[in-house]
Amino acid sequence: MSTATIEQQASTNGHGENYLNVEHGIKSWLLTLDHKRIGILYLVTITVFFLIGGLAASLIRLELMTPQGDLVEAHTFNKLFTMHGVAMIFFFLIPSVPAVLGNMVLPIMIGARDVAFPRLNLLSWYCLVAGGSLATLAIIMGGVDTGWTFYTPYSSTYSNSYVTLALAGVFINGFSSILTGVNFMTTVHKMRAPGMTWFRLPLFIWAQYATSLIMILGTPVVAITLLLLALERTLHIGIFDPALGGDPILFQHLFWFYSHPAVYIMIVPGFGVISEVIACFSRKRIFGYSFVAFSSMAIAVLGFLVWGHHMFTTGQSVYAGMVFSFITFLIAVPTAIKIFNWTATLYKGSISLESPMLYALGFIGLFTIGGLTGLFLSTMGTDIHMHDTYFVVAHFHYVMVGGMVMAFLSGLHFWWPKFIGRMYPEAMGKASASLIFVGFNLTFFPQFVLGYLGMPRRYHVYPDEFQILHVMSTGGATVLGLGYLILIGSLLWSVFKGPRAPQNPWGAKGLEWEIQTPPTLHNFETMPIVTEEAYAYDNRHQAAQEEESTTAPAQQEEEVV
Amino acid sequence: MSSEFQLHPDLASTFALPVDALYFLLIFLSVIISGGIFIAIVVFCVKYRRRSEDESPKEIHGSLPLELAWSIIPMFMAIGVFALGADLYFRMYRSPADPIEIYAVGKQWMWKIQHPEGKREINELHVPINQAVRLTLASEDVIHSFFIPAFRVKRDVLPGRYTTMWFEATQIGEFHLFCAEYCGTQHSTMIGKVFVMEEEDYQNWLVGGVSGESMIEAGARQFKQLGCATCHKSDTSGRGPSLEGIFGRAEKMTSGEDIVADEDYLRESILNPQAKVLNGFKPIMPTFQGQISEETLLQLITYIKSLGEAAEE
Repeated sequence: MSTATIEQQASTNGHGENYLNVEHGIKSWLLTLDHKRIGILYLVTITVFFLIGGLAASLIRLELMTPQGDLVEAHTFNKLFTMHGVAMIFFFLIPSVPAVLGNMVLPIMIGARDVAFPRLNLLSWYCLVAGGSLATLAIIMGGVDTGWTFYTPYSSTYSNSYVTLALAGVFINGFSSILTGVNFMTTVHKMRAPGMTWFRLPLFIWAQYATSLIMILGTPVVAITLLLLALERTLHIGIFDPALGGDPILFQHLFWFYSHPAVYIMIVPGFGVISEVIACFSRKRIFGYSFVAFSSMAIAVLGFLVWGHHMFTTGQSVYAGMVFSFITFLIAVPTAIKIFNWTATLYKGSISLESPMLYALGFIGLFTIGGLTGLFLSTMGTDIHMHDTYFVVAHFHYVMVGGMVMAFLSGLHFWWPKFIGRMYPEAMGKASASLIFVGFNLTFFPQFVLGYLGMPRRYHVYPDEFQILHVMSTGGATVLGLGYLILIGSLLWSVFKGPRAPQNPWGAKGLEWEIQTPPTLHNFETMPIVTEEAYAYDNRHQAAQEEESTTAPAQQEEEVV
Repeated sequence: MSSEFQLHPDLASTFALPVDALYFLLIFLSVIISGGIFIAIVVFCVKYRRRSEDESPKEIHGSLPLELAWSIIPMFMAIGVFALGADLYFRMYRSPADPIEIYAVGKQWMWKIQHPEGKREINELHVPINQAVRLTLASEDVIHSFFIPAFRVKRDVLPGRYTTMWFEATQIGEFHLFCAEYCGTQHSTMIGKVFVMEEEDYQNWLVGGVSGESMIEAGARQFKQLGCATCHKSDTSGRGPSLEGIFGRAEKMTSGEDIVADEDYLRESILNPQAKVLNGFKPIMPTFQGQISEETLLQLITYIKSLGEAAEE
């Protein structure tokens, strides 16, 4: 990746004209077609939803300090956990790594000037804003109390809240995912720079590609499902409600057909970030590159065949249940392969523990626990007891917060200097990473114990003997919240006051580190030519590659075509 | 059930021990695997920490034997745990012959329980110790879930169809009953108590108080009141089929398919009689949808089942 032209660019690295200052004014942002600016629009938007979801979580944890319902009423409590789930899943986690970090770095990583369809890219952001606005409107008008899973016939017939409005919000937001998926997939297929063969792609790209596949194939199913639900609710067409001749379990099949793959939308892109960060901060090529790449694809495909593991207690056929359980166990294998390979990458590396790396190592720890506790739930005999208890809540948060949020923050710190052009305060970064890690464990580890004791999910009041564990959990959530506040504060501070970032503060490999900081509007002044594999951190290796590079480009251009 | 702080739930049914054994096996495996990974990470981070800025570690591409080892070994472990879990699930699914039958109806936000002998209770369930109990569950409105943590059993309670669960209690005492599926505003108050009693106490409890007619008697009364008996006569002279011995029998429908007359079939035939009509009969029965409660339905079905037993004898 170190050709003469790029070295020239590097030397002009200043803080002259870049994508942030090339145009000014609100219009230049709202009508931008630049993938990097769209990434920043996404970042601002999902931060708003993170704060909404976080506020709801804080109120839930405060209410659960005592066994009685004393802070809010039951009806309000139900709206709070619905708001928490809907905001965090549909409007924060799903767009987090793909739409924020993916938009910022995916085109640059493969040597492209932008995504394949810049206008669709902007449209996908507007879908998120429109969907998010409708969902927010539903909250302002009085809220929704169905839980983020919208189970029928409660959601279709019995709930007296703004279900249809929230459904419309999630429905429109689905198009944001689909458009981003189509865009990324096309970009990766058609816009790789000369020499950027499939097996030279950074693993972040493989992960984004696998995610795009799930987004394109899965999201339409949930869109159809939610549309059917809205039809039943408004026009009383019997689809899910048995009183109208429907089948309530059909909804669960359709919903989980998307929503299980959706948890892979919410974790596979995180795997990509972790591969980049681990490689950079141990200055090593990722151990078993192709195994890590293909395991993402295996997870994406197998993820479509496990939805029934959410339904072991519904009375679905025993044999169907066994198939779903078996495939769920199989999916543990590619997941384990990733963990083992990341750990092996550290071996004989040159490890430096800056904030992105702290988040990445935190990810491995928490995600390992999240993944292993998933096996407790895919084991049919034990799932019967643990289904719909706090064990599921704890498992899900270990994967989604311990996994995806840690990965997102790792990537955000990693690429922050490149795209904002300023360094965040490293000490604050380390402090918030540590607080978040400790606070997270204090919050959610007690919930495993609570769940096995039998504490059901979504309970506003609960028996006295569970109180001690709930108080521990709320205490942990306070530490966790403090960690997030320090994080947001220090990143905001750095936007205005942080020291100017050098071109490549981490000594990282990859095309995004060879261009100006912050990047110019079109990323590359001349077409980059890729002559080596991703993560070529070994100097000896690099020197050998450079000698070859004089003859290599012509041959590699053919490979791309 | 103690209201003191506990770290592990009571073990009060025959399932508690096998479920806990599997749970502890999973914990053991998880601690080994995650412990290995955590130790490796800490050791590597200390041992291979960056000592100077211009370090350039040697490239390692990977190792096929290692990749195979850490794919295949976890796969066999996974398949082993899967098999143990599936086997246990099978045992939880199949109730033994001749259990004590109890019927439960969930509605927003209470549990209504009927014993065949006629005893009814709300948010309480009395069962004898050391005997298999089979619950038939129905919902009047949304999806609920019948969950007794101390027994390690749970089954969703659905509107429009019956589900069943079974257990055998092994410890005298009082245990939590929870609704585990979110069912609306007062979901967290849809809770109750399970009382496990000695056989003798249970029998005394069953006949005590103002217990009226048994479920079969109540069903027989409803059968007359609703006018079922006009067409469903005990011989073949009625306009509808005779119901003697029909329960559990495979019958040919007008559509040509063979259907076993189980609880769900009887339920559907009362609420939506035109759906599956017995071969040789006309679809003339009126619907009872919306006219009878889930509890009455269960009484009618219990009565129809009893007609079968009478015929066998």
